[in-house]
Amino acid sequence: MPSRPDIESVAEEVFTALADPTRRTILAELAARGPATATDLATRLPITRQAIAKHLALLAEAGLVAAEPGERRRVRYRLRSAPMQIAQQFLAALARDWDSQLASLQDHLNAAVAAQSTRKNEGKEPS
Amino acid sequence: MGFPDRIERSVEIAHPPASVWAALTTAEGLGTWFGEAATIDLRPGGLAEMTWTSGEKASMRIERVEEPTVFGYTWGINGLPDDDPRRTYVEFTLEPAGSGTRLTVVESGFAQLRDDSYRKAFDGNIEGWGHELGELVEYLDAIAA
Repeated sequence: MPSRPDIESVAEEVFTALADPTRRTILAELAARGPATATDLATRLPITRQAIAKHLALLAEAGLVAAEPGERRRVRYRLRSAPMQIAQQFLAALARDWDSQLASLQDHLNAAVAAQSTRKNEGKEPS
Repeated sequence: MGFPDRIERSVEIAHPPASVWAALTTAEGLGTWFGEAATIDLRPGGLAEMTWTSGEKASMRIERVEEPTVFGYTWGINGLPDDDPRRTYVEFTLEPAGSGTRLTVVESGFAQLRDDSYRKAFDGNIEGWGHELGELVEYLDAIAA
């Protein structure tokens, strides 16, 4: 495993993590309410503690959550936001819709010219 | 998975560069085809802003103004916090093409974070709130004592 994951592999891990509904739920809970132990999450969410522990281990390995030091059953996990921001940059590039914007620019220029010639024609009509 | 750093598009527009330039660089133009309202201080270092009735807003810092051929600005990356320093650079290039214009837009910088800087940026970010909240607690403890 590379000690310094590149941006692509970080984004890939985020998308893999988010592909699972249980992991989405866990991440959303940590984002909304802050660090929590597997037991805390099991009491709040309709998911067994075992399943939560398994997903937390996977999320920790992907760098999306970090375990705070503590006794085994009292280890709290917190969200690590940086990998999400890397993935957001990828999504931002996909969402930047220049095709629509440029089509809109062309429509705008065509409309401006059409309005001008209409005004000219209207000006000529009375004569 | 390819991580796009740069988006490039070229279109032929059946209007002269002067008209295209005005649409790109005036409040009236930007506030019509791009935003729903706009302000612009057209000079390098000047600021421009587009707003939408949805409440969305795009703030641009103008970098290049070479009428009527090059217009460039930076703006924030969608989805990142407003105060995130990372921005992409957008450059419009206008070339006469017959009686019309060939307009090219290049937006670059989506993948600007480097392998070695992202850990640091990341750790700074995660420590941020924990640190601030820690200071708040210390402050409250101190005034309560």
